[in-house]
Amino acid sequence: MFRFRLDGSSGVPPYLQLVHQVRQSLLLGYLEEGDRLPTVKDVAADLAINPNTVVKAYRQLEHEGLAGGRPGQGTFITATSSTALPEEQQVLRASLEEWLRAAEEAGLDEEAVTALIAVARQDMKKEKV
Amino acid sequence: MTQNDTGGNIPALRTDRLGRRYGRVWGLRNCTLEVPAGVIAGLVGPNGAGKTTLLEMIIGLLQPTEGQLSVFGETSHAPMAARLAQVGYVAQDHPLYRDFSVGDMFHLGRAMNPSWDQKLALARTDALDIPLKRKVKSLSGGQRAQVSLTMALAKRAPLLVLDEPVSSLDPVARLEFMREVMAAAAGTGLTVIIASHVVSELERFCDWLIVLTGGHVQLAGPADNLIAAHRLLTVPRATTDAELPGLPVHRTDSDRHSSVLVRADPGRRAVQERPGWQADPVGFEQLVMAYLQRPSKSAARDDTAQAAARPGPNTKAVTR
Repeated sequence: MFRFRLDGSSGVPPYLQLVHQVRQSLLLGYLEEGDRLPTVKDVAADLAINPNTVVKAYRQLEHEGLAGGRPGQGTFITATSSTALPEEQQVLRASLEEWLRAAEEAGLDEEAVTALIAVARQDMKKEKV
Repeated sequence: MTQNDTGGNIPALRTDRLGRRYGRVWGLRNCTLEVPAGVIAGLVGPNGAGKTTLLEMIIGLLQPTEGQLSVFGETSHAPMAARLAQVGYVAQDHPLYRDFSVGDMFHLGRAMNPSWDQKLALARTDALDIPLKRKVKSLSGGQRAQVSLTMALAKRAPLLVLDEPVSSLDPVARLEFMREVMAAAAGTGLTVIIASHVVSELERFCDWLIVLTGGHVQLAGPADNLIAAHRLLTVPRATTDAELPGLPVHRTDSDRHSSVLVRADPGRRAVQERPGWQADPVGFEQLVMAYLQRPSKSAARDDTAQAAARPGPNTKAVTR
């Protein structure tokens, strides 16, 4: 059975952390179509998290078409890894990989890459204003 | 299994200009709140803010000096038995009779509560590996807390009130205690009000938030809505408070810039008009800390807190 985790210091709201984990696990193949997600009560007890938060995360997954509830049976994964990452994102991912290779060749480590992305994002925000 | 069949519209807790005076000092004043059924509400405030006064009025241990309070529609003037049946309570120090065995405590609970669920009590202690014959005084702190929680849950009351329930526990016992509370709330419609100083832990427990300081409500409502209703502005240090949109909730000055927590709507407008200003979303802990650090005098007159305290259209509890 799939198990969630929670990072209390990440600053990402707990329900979003759950949604991200399902999406990521789909991409990595840890979750497949038809897999059952743990019950709300099990997640609440496992992570010591508000059950309403788990309900909210599952609703979001349903809204995104990644999971669906079957009455009396639980919540199941309804997407495959390719639906989890739509086509346009796959194109973006390919060009990102290319960029990351170039960054590595230029001698940038992980920290420098993250900093560069943050700065670029900041500049874009300023342009919008 | 639904513990409260009182219908969706009766809030678990409603207070109207509730106040309690101790001699000349007001422990709590002008407290108007609503907590819908089915939420887990975090009650935050510094020592002396009025948290325990509020909790003790909710559980019927204290009578209000002024104002109204009702729990699932039962007002503070209703017969005590009717009110007490609505609330389960776990106090900070988990008071139990030291010379009683766990089984004796359950016997007592059964004798005192008509709705006592002995099956639930036994199933919980069994799952937690707590022997019924063990005397309370020889239990660990974590086990004692779990027995207190079991006593409160076996009462089958629709509202569970926890006053700093984990402050005396080690990190593992804390986690185990809260796992039990969250599991008990899942799928049962149980409403929980939990007072805590540990703001960083509250985000995962609470979908409703109440901040009290100096005997006044500073902020109350659905946690998500409250977070969405605020922005953290970064502005040049020279910016005066008068130039800021609305009344700043909290301001931190650095050498060249200042971080100011403001309401989201005026904040967004200001950023559009003022190049160089930046508005970022605020996190749960940041929001709570900002309100905790605000001088309590501003609460009564400040319209920002009032607006935040008023339940918005989106305040209905998540139904399970």
